[in-house]
This record gives sequence, structure tokens and C-alpha cells, in this order.
Amino acid sequence: MTMQNAFIAFPWAVALILLPLTGAICCFLFPRITRTLGLITSLANVVSVIGLSWQLLQYGSYRHEVGGWGAPLGIELYADGLSLLMLATTALVGFAISVYSSSYFKPALAVRFWPIWMCLLAALNALFLSADIFNLYVTLELLGLSAVALTALTGSKEALSGAMRYLLATLLASLAYLLGVTLLYHSFGSVDIGILAEQIQASPATWAALGLIAAGLMLKTAIFPLHFWLPPAHGSAPAPVSALLSALVVKASFYILLRLWFTLFAPLLDGDAINNLLGLLGCAAILWGSVQALRQSRLKLLIAYSTVAQIGYLFLVFPLATNMGSVAWNGVAFLIISHALAKSAMFLSAGNLLCFGGHDRIADLDRVVQRLPLTAAAFAIAGVSIMGIPPSGGFIGKWLLLESAMTQGRWDLAAVMILGGLMAAAYIFKVIGYTFIPAQITHEAQSVSASMQWSALLLAIGAMLLGFLSLPVLAMLNISDINLASGFGL
Amino acid sequence: MLLTCNIQQCAMQLDEPVYCANTGNSMNRKLFLIILLLPLLLTLAAGLGYAVLSLPEQPQYLPELVIDNMHESGVSHPVTAVLLNFRGYDTLLEMVVLLLALLAVWSLDITASRNKTRHKSAPGLVLDTLTRLLTPVLILVTAYLLWVGAHAPGGAFQAGSVLAASGVLLLLAGWRISDKLTAFPLRIILIAGPSMFIIISVLTMLFEGHLLKYPVAQAGLFIVILETLATLSIGATLAALFIGVRPKESNKGRQHE
Amino acid sequence: MNPAMFFALIGVGLFCLGLFSLIINSHLLRKILAINIMGSGVFLVLVALAKRAENMPADPVPHAMVITGIVVAISATALALTLMLRVASETGHATLVDEAEK
Repeated sequence: MTMQNAFIAFPWAVALILLPLTGAICCFLFPRITRTLGLITSLANVVSVIGLSWQLLQYGSYRHEVGGWGAPLGIELYADGLSLLMLATTALVGFAISVYSSSYFKPALAVRFWPIWMCLLAALNALFLSADIFNLYVTLELLGLSAVALTALTGSKEALSGAMRYLLATLLASLAYLLGVTLLYHSFGSVDIGILAEQIQASPATWAALGLIAAGLMLKTAIFPLHFWLPPAHGSAPAPVSALLSALVVKASFYILLRLWFTLFAPLLDGDAINNLLGLLGCAAILWGSVQALRQSRLKLLIAYSTVAQIGYLFLVFPLATNMGSVAWNGVAFLIISHALAKSAMFLSAGNLLCFGGHDRIADLDRVVQRLPLTAAAFAIAGVSIMGIPPSGGFIGKWLLLESAMTQGRWDLAAVMILGGLMAAAYIFKVIGYTFIPAQITHEAQSVSASMQWSALLLAIGAMLLGFLSLPVLAMLNISDINLASGFGL
Repeated sequence: MLLTCNIQQCAMQLDEPVYCANTGNSMNRKLFLIILLLPLLLTLAAGLGYAVLSLPEQPQYLPELVIDNMHESGVSHPVTAVLLNFRGYDTLLEMVVLLLALLAVWSLDITASRNKTRHKSAPGLVLDTLTRLLTPVLILVTAYLLWVGAHAPGGAFQAGSVLAASGVLLLLAGWRISDKLTAFPLRIILIAGPSMFIIISVLTMLFEGHLLKYPVAQAGLFIVILETLATLSIGATLAALFIGVRPKESNKGRQHE
Repeated sequence: MNPAMFFALIGVGLFCLGLFSLIINSHLLRKILAINIMGSGVFLVLVALAKRAENMPADPVPHAMVITGIVVAISATALALTLMLRVASETGHATLVDEAEK
């Protein structure tokens, strides 16, 4: 009994931040065992998230005053349902990618990969737990710089250019965000989200801050038309890094946008205009991303443009969600998690194909179904979730969003969502089709290790399983400070 | 336009892109972009300026809170107190950012002589003498800035920057540390600052129940330890960032590819 | 207009100037310098407004935030410059291979 109490009372939130940092330093200090250290840290991260979820389910949302100083003097950590789901997604996808990377990277690259990946993991955890907008800026910068460093890891021309473009975009976005934080601080005297939410009122400075912060975060999330940096970066990074970027890094800035939009800036956003503008950008992203995905001849670029499209779906939460407990909110949460699982599975499969055949041209995917059945299965199952076919997690997310759109009479959004689903089906079936037929020129095959194939497949299966786990996920999502019983949109 | 082309042709190898090649196209594009952007950015500037001008009275409760609680923070300068005690978590993360930048630069693997041939030459007399005279002074200034941070402007970052500057000066004058020292010992110095932060984080979690909550009696001591190690780390990291080249891996650690 | 506001407006101006330069220039070094100018602008706004009232002491929290921001900016600039050198050595020019991809 006391063991169980000790397990629940352990400060898992703090452990989630300190563990990857320690892991990063150890990986840096001991390059010869860096892979093992990285895997251990990743596993410990999963355990910590399990501990945190148990804690939150027992006690409700968690608040920790760093330094013993409460806001506004100090920084506060805050964990509720949404942060828990993001942390859990990060931990699971992160662990799968760690297992994949332990076989993928040769020792020379592995020594450079693991410390930086651990820093990225620390940044993600710190970001999802923070309740202070300046602290969020520091975590965003840590996240962005790690992501850029990982993108440039292979040293190829495309990777370096993609990383450079990504770096400039992310720095610009961070500075816009920081200027917004500046305006908010100097208007209200605090950078704590809770205190700001109480005191905020519309004023030119607050509107400017909203614009700047939203613009910065939208650039980091690569919503149309600010998505220009994503395809080159995600398309030319090493496969596990592309998986990390598409699954987790772009979701981090989206998470901040969601939080700030619905808690901090809520008094400013009574009108429909801005929400509809974001919805419009989302629709444009869905259509543009899907069309571009259909046009690609390289698999990784196709998957990258698919990410652009799926991010568009996420932005439909803004016109549709009336508050944090509503149907659209739940739908977006499901979409975030299922997309993270499915997209990372897709990128890892693409990595397997790249290792296998030495190329990722879609037209030359030579009978992959026979030669790499696990990888083909992973891609197909992940594709099912991306398309939104039952019983996957993607289906639940899209279904909830569609339901929300139709009950609110937004037939335009519903139509775009359905069209997006059809186009997703088109580009995914195109790839799957090519995996069945022999290519014009057959290629010599390298072997792909089992851990690489299985990690991709397990992620894809996870995306499917999510479809069956809707009740527990919704239970976790509803752990929050905010009283969700009032004003439930349906 | 012809003159600028000639000047640029005389410039260094890795210089300006070929303005001269498709001048017509890129110039037109640039002009078009400028015409499009200028009004937008002027509006942005005007809007932001108006937002700044319309800011309300400065809220005073946070500065007052800082002053009120400073006696428990272990230092007597408000900025140092905020940086290392009240918002010490931000400082922890930013030290990790600095370390990460070095990891990233090392992973990019700029070998010193990629495109150009390296010439070895002795530093000139002025540089040599100046470096020999200035380095001890800079180290003293570092120590002073570190110590004075407790009650006046100063502290770990300022001291670390001066230390890094002296390191850069030494590097420019041709001083290098031996290969044995650049492997493990250098790494220890680089991680000393962030590691101390993490060790103190763990200790304070265990004994005080809050992350980075210094016990009031020992707060000053903790801050001094943190700042000293941070100064060393920051100085080493910035100097290593300047030189950019990853140190050679030791023979024992090298993996066969 | 008191001095704090004056400097804050200059900070805003630097931000916009840097943004303009970032988009217009194609050479990577200029883009990186533009980012630095934008960063300086934001820090200037943050710090200048820390002492708006004449008779009150300066607010120490923005000062600490700017110190943090400067360290982050240094790290980012170091990474950007190294990346630029690598791009230049791989492609021969210090520019982004832009429009061909779009």
C-alpha cells in the first residue's frame, strides 16, 4: 500500500524534465555507450509518464511552484489532461523512435544524434508542463535549435539547406512570439498564464500581442501559407528525425497556440472573424497539402506534404470549438495523437524503404509488399489512420470534427474535411499500389533490421488501437482546472 | 551595376551569390518584393508603435514582490536574485540551450581546412604582446564580475562572456590546448554548469519538496557555487563555439565505420 | 514622450527593419544579421519599458529575461553561422536554393 502511495506521490512532472536533461549530459559525456544511455532515458521517460497519468487520474490537475516561489514571482509547472496526452504521445512515439534510431544510425552519427535528441525530449517535456509564457519561449528555442541540429545531421546538401531554412523560420517565429510576450508583460506585469488570463482585457497592445504570438506559433506549426519550410526540412532529414519533427515538434507549438487561445486570449476572441480566418487557413492547408502530396514522386516529400494537410485539420478546432470541453476539442486531441503515431510510422517505414533500396522514389518501390512485409503493413495501417477510416484513431478524430461541423451548420468545413479525406486516400493508395508491383528496374536490396521494422509497425498499430481507446483517452483529456461542466458545447 | 559586379568578382570565394548571372530577373523580383513589402511593414511598424505607446501604467506588484523577497534569495541585487533564484528554472534551460548549440555546431562537423589551404603563421608582435598582457587581466575581471554579481550588476553570464573573450583572444593568437585535454576534461568543464543545476535540482526536490527551492540559510552559498561553475561552462562553451571545429576523438573512443 | 517610450519605439523599428531585411536579402549572412537585429529590437523594447515611471526603480524581471534572451540569441546565431558555412561549402554559394523547389 505504501509502495503504491510512494509511486503516486513521486514528483513525476519534475522527473519528466530532469531525466532527459540528465540523459543528454550523460550521452554527451560517455560517447561510447551513448546509445544505451539514450534508450534507458527514453524508457524512463515512458515510466514517468505512466506515473504522472496515475497521479493525475487520482488527484486531478497538478501544479508545482518552481523554487517554492509561486507566480508571479516564480515559474509554475502545470499538468492537466491536455498536457498529459501530449506528454504521453511524446513518450510513446519517442521511445519507438529511440528503438528505431538505435539500429538506424551508424556509430559516427549516433554519437551526435543521441545527446541532441535527449535535449529535444527535455524541451518537449518542459514545454508541455510549463505555465509561464516566457519559460515557454526558452523551451521553444531549445526545441527549435535541437530540431534544426537533427535535421542537418546527415550533412547532405538538401538536408543542410532545409535545416538552414527551418532555422531562419523558427528564429523569426520565436522573436515574434517574444515580442508578443513583451507586450503582454508590460501591459499586465506578469508572464504567468493564470494571472494573465485573469487580468487580460482588450487593448491595442493585447491585440498586437495576440497577432504576434499567433503569427509566431503558426509559423512554427507550418500552417498554410507559412508552411514553406516544412517539406524541405522534413523531406531531407534522416527518417527518425522526420518522424520526430512531423509527429511531435510541430504539435508542440500548436499545443501552445491552443492553450493560449482558449485560456489566455479568450476574452478577446468573442467574435467569429479571427476564428474563421484560422479555419480558412486550415481548409487551405488541407487542400493545398493534399494536392501537393499527390504530385510528389519522392515518398518522404509526399509524407511531408501530408503533414501540411493534416495540420490543416488541426486548425479547424478554432472555428468549431466553443470551449475546452466541446466535441471539436476532443476531436482535435484525437487527431493530434493519432497523427503523431501514424505519421511517425509512415516516416519510419519510408526510412526502412530507403535503407532497403537506397532510394525513396515512389514509382520504384519494387514489390515491397513481398520483400518488406512488415514495413508495407506499417505504412498501410498508418495510412488507414491518416485517411480516417474506422476503426482507427484518425477516424475518431475526424468523426468528432465532422460531427461538430455539422451540428454547427458549418457545411463548408465538413465538405473540405471529406474532400481532404478523399485526397488522402488517393495519395496513400497510390503509394500502396506501387509497393505491390515490380519496378521497371529492380534494385539490390540491403537488409533492414528487425527493430526498425517492428518499431514502425507497432506505431502504426498504436494508431489503430487508439480507435478502441476513446473512453480512457477522453477521461484523461478531461482532467483540468477549468470547470468543464459549464458550457459544454455539443 | 557593372562596377558592383567587378568588385564582387574580386571578393572572396564563398561570397555573394551571382548577382551578375541573371541580374535582370532577380533585380526585378527584388524590386517587386520591396514594393509589396514596404507598405505592409510600415503598417506593421505603425501598429506596433501605437500598441507600445498605448501601454498602460507600469504595474508595480512584481518589482515590489522581488524587492520584498530579496532578503530570502541569498543575494542583494534584484536582477541576480531573479535570474538565479526566483526564475532559476529559466536559467537552467538557457544553459542547456547554450550547451546544445555547441553540440549542434560540433555535429555539423566543420573541418578546419575544407575549401581553403591553411597557412601557419606566428601572431604579430602586437597581438602576441597584447594577449600575454591582457589574458591575466581578463581572468581577474572575470573573477570580479562573478563576485560582484551578488550585490551589483554582474554575475555568471557577464563573467563567462569575459572569460570566453579571453579564450577567443588566446585562440586568435594561436594558443591551443593539447588533444588529451580536449576530450574528456573539456567535456567535464562544458557540462559543469548545467550539471550543477541539475544536481541542485535533485537535491532540492529531495529535501525541500520543490524544484530549485534553496533553503534560505544556504541560498547564498548555492548561488555562488552555481555561478562559479556556470561561468566556467559559459566561458568554455562560447570559446568552443568560436573555434567551431569539433575536437578530435581520442583513439580509444574512435569507432570503425 | 519619455525616454523609455522613445527607446521602445526604436526597438519596434529595429524589429520591422530586421524583418524587412530578412525577407529581401538572399545572402545567408545578411539574413542572420537581420535576425540578430530583430532580436536586439525585441530586447530593447523589453528593457526600455522596464523603467517607464520616473520615480520608481527599474523592474528587474525584464532585465533577467533579456539576459536569458541574449544567451539564447548567441546560441542560435552560432548555430546559424556554422550551418551557413556548411551550406556554403556544400553548394558553393551562401544562399538558400529557393525558388527552384517551389
